[in-house]
Amino acid sequence: MTQAVATHAAPKSFIRRYIFSTDHKVIGLQYLFLAMVAVAIGIVLSLYMRLRLAWPTERWPLLAKLFPNAMAGGTISPEFYLSLVTMHGTIMIFFVLTTAPLGGFGNYFLPIQVGAHDMAFPVLNMLSFWVTLAGFLVLMAAFFVSGGAPISGWTAYAPLSAVGEIAGPGLGMGQNLWILSIALFCIASLLGALNFITTTLNLRTKGMSMTRLPLTVWAWFTTAVLALLAFPVLLAGGILLLLDRVGGTSFFVPGGLIVSDKILPHKGGSPLLWQHLFWFFGHPEVYIAILPGMGITSHVLSTFARKPIFGYRAMVAAIFAIGLLGFLVWGHHMFVSGMSPYSAIAFSLLTLSIGVPSAIKTFNWLATLYKAQIRFTVPMLFALGFVSIFVTGGLSGIILGQTSLDIPMHDTYFVVAHFHLIMGVAAIFGIFAGTYYWFPKMFGRMMNETLGKLHFWLTFIGIYAIFIPMHVMGIAGHPRRYAETAGFDFLAPLQPLHVFITIAALITAGAQLLFFFNFFWSIWKGKKAEVNPWRATTLEWTIPSPPPHDNFGPQTPVVHHGPYEYSVPGAAEDYILQTAPPAPTKA
Amino acid sequence: MGLALALVIGLITLGTVILFVGRFWWFPEAISEHGPSIDRQFMLTLTIIGIAFVLAQAALAFFIVRYRRRGEQRASYWHESPRLEVLWTTITAAVFITLAILGQRVWAQLHLNAPPPGALQVEVTAQQFVWNIRYPGPDGKFGRTRTELINDVDNPVGLDFTDPAAQDDIVTVNQMAIPVNRDIHVILRSKDVIHSFWVPPLRMKQDAVPGLAINIHFKAVKTGQFEIACAELCGLTHHRMRGFLLVLPEPEFQKWLQQRTNL
Repeated sequence: MTQAVATHAAPKSFIRRYIFSTDHKVIGLQYLFLAMVAVAIGIVLSLYMRLRLAWPTERWPLLAKLFPNAMAGGTISPEFYLSLVTMHGTIMIFFVLTTAPLGGFGNYFLPIQVGAHDMAFPVLNMLSFWVTLAGFLVLMAAFFVSGGAPISGWTAYAPLSAVGEIAGPGLGMGQNLWILSIALFCIASLLGALNFITTTLNLRTKGMSMTRLPLTVWAWFTTAVLALLAFPVLLAGGILLLLDRVGGTSFFVPGGLIVSDKILPHKGGSPLLWQHLFWFFGHPEVYIAILPGMGITSHVLSTFARKPIFGYRAMVAAIFAIGLLGFLVWGHHMFVSGMSPYSAIAFSLLTLSIGVPSAIKTFNWLATLYKAQIRFTVPMLFALGFVSIFVTGGLSGIILGQTSLDIPMHDTYFVVAHFHLIMGVAAIFGIFAGTYYWFPKMFGRMMNETLGKLHFWLTFIGIYAIFIPMHVMGIAGHPRRYAETAGFDFLAPLQPLHVFITIAALITAGAQLLFFFNFFWSIWKGKKAEVNPWRATTLEWTIPSPPPHDNFGPQTPVVHHGPYEYSVPGAAEDYILQTAPPAPTKA
Repeated sequence: MGLALALVIGLITLGTVILFVGRFWWFPEAISEHGPSIDRQFMLTLTIIGIAFVLAQAALAFFIVRYRRRGEQRASYWHESPRLEVLWTTITAAVFITLAILGQRVWAQLHLNAPPPGALQVEVTAQQFVWNIRYPGPDGKFGRTRTELINDVDNPVGLDFTDPAAQDDIVTVNQMAIPVNRDIHVILRSKDVIHSFWVPPLRMKQDAVPGLAINIHFKAVKTGQFEIACAELCGLTHHRMRGFLLVLPEPEFQKWLQQRTNL
């Protein structure tokens, strides 16, 4: 693949260089910082939820200062609890789990790892970040409008989300802003996805064949394809929902509805249509969140096992299979929705099939560790943690994917435990692994190892303490999105678990301060990093830390090796850079 | 570091197994005919994934200890093993697909079969935070309803009393009595947003969707009073949308119905 290299000098003005930058690295960092702000807010919201669940009637005058309107009187009311549920989910899924691994690391490292000087469409890239930011600000605004943030959950099921304030607080302006925010996010993700796909296909440097791409690139590339196909569906759904709310249409609202003793004028809409559109996006979205984490984990495991990743081709095939099947399983969110029970069976079989490529990945990670020389750096700890959590969170999917078992499990804490582990925590572990791994490249300094390890231990143990008990709460029948257990006798025995989980959550959240401190402290005070501190093989480790504006300067790198050549017998060192000259051919 | 991590993974695995085997918090006893089949399929699946869970975590912990770096020795070098990969892919696929197929049995029995003839019909109409229950009355026919007639004070489902079939319909709020050992055919509706009819001991959960009449059927085989919870986020006091399911011996059920008729 040839390419015209326009060696561009870095722009001089501060604004063009750091604010409205077209440099994929600056944009990647902008995405990362946005995700850090978002995750901090998301965690705080979850702690408010946890406090409410553990001690529902307690007054928190100090905490009320953050939300003076919603927490008037100092207690966390049920309606505020539901706003928190909605906003926590939306912030985490869109602005953390999609933004950090794809927008952040993907932007920063995909072009470098394929040997490109920038993304294919730098201006589009800049635009996609700014539209994402606009989406985030619009979402935050929902807290401040009259009625507050929406209470319909991140899934915004119609008609609750469609009929306005009459159905509950926050369903007026707050819900409109939510839809607008999601629509902006969809547009931004489309722009980003086009860039990732084009860059991977067209801007690979000489010698960088598709089979020499790092698995991170394969993961980002597949994720971008998913985003390209999934986000337009949500965008369309969002527009229709907005029209139902403000345009008098009836896409999702059936006729004859009576809300608060008033007959609504809508006619002929279908609530299930929203669910199909939403989950047609929503299930691939799960993989959009987790695939980059799988890529990073593969990458980091191989580096610190000092071994080639086991089954590179199987890993690529598995990523693709997960991506493809990911589009065919959305109906498993709808087994008890009233959808045809026959389609439920088809969705169930497809859903359990997706466990196969997921299992292949796990086997290959374990096989990578077999006869390895493992170095327990902080990124490696998080990658190993990822494998453990991915297994734990993935296996419960075998229960939820079965139609008959979903009857008791659907919409209970069992589901909450499952998806938090697999798409929340595992993905976050991927993000942490990536952050500790690439920090030296991004900032030219190392993060503090001791703080990093402490952060890992507290987080790894804390996460299990939070989410394992939720499984048995689900088995006992506890529905999700309940503001308290007091309304039902059968929930009363579960209250001690709520208290336990809240305490675990407080400690785990506190441990994240170690990460934030370490991150910002290390930017300025960290130990200076070498070009290749981990003795890794891929292209980002051949250029200075931090990389210059045009990554490789006037010279385009030429690739001679696969991405995971560790411990090659006979080689001088235990790793071979992708750009190392080829071994002399045998006569 | 490797030892510590392996130990922690081991302890977490052990703790998880104890929590699931000890059943300190677990399913309530099943009271429906199909309930034990669901529980059996759950236990079968849980056992299989439990074994997979323990094996995977143990392998991870073992490799972490066994293959932690020792000196400057190099790791082994190889890229793949197609035979091994085909082997574990086949085994996984066989196990998962078998479970998926087994998991359809109860589902098919509940949802692909029509409610048995002679089943007692009960209509459940959900609305924000209330379950409205309607019985067809002595004539065995549900009368006509009209949306305009609905009011929460004395006609929550909008019975049209000009229809003779409506005159003997029995409507209760949050109280659903059913006879034991008899097939029950529930017609689920909603007036406003989506709710979900969830009775844990019955092992029955089904969304009530506005605009749709969703038919489900089951048979309770144990008497008692059980809570009906809402399992789909429906608004402000979703967490307090509580009804009661009374499973009564047939004569007592008839008496209960009689008392409502006379009101």
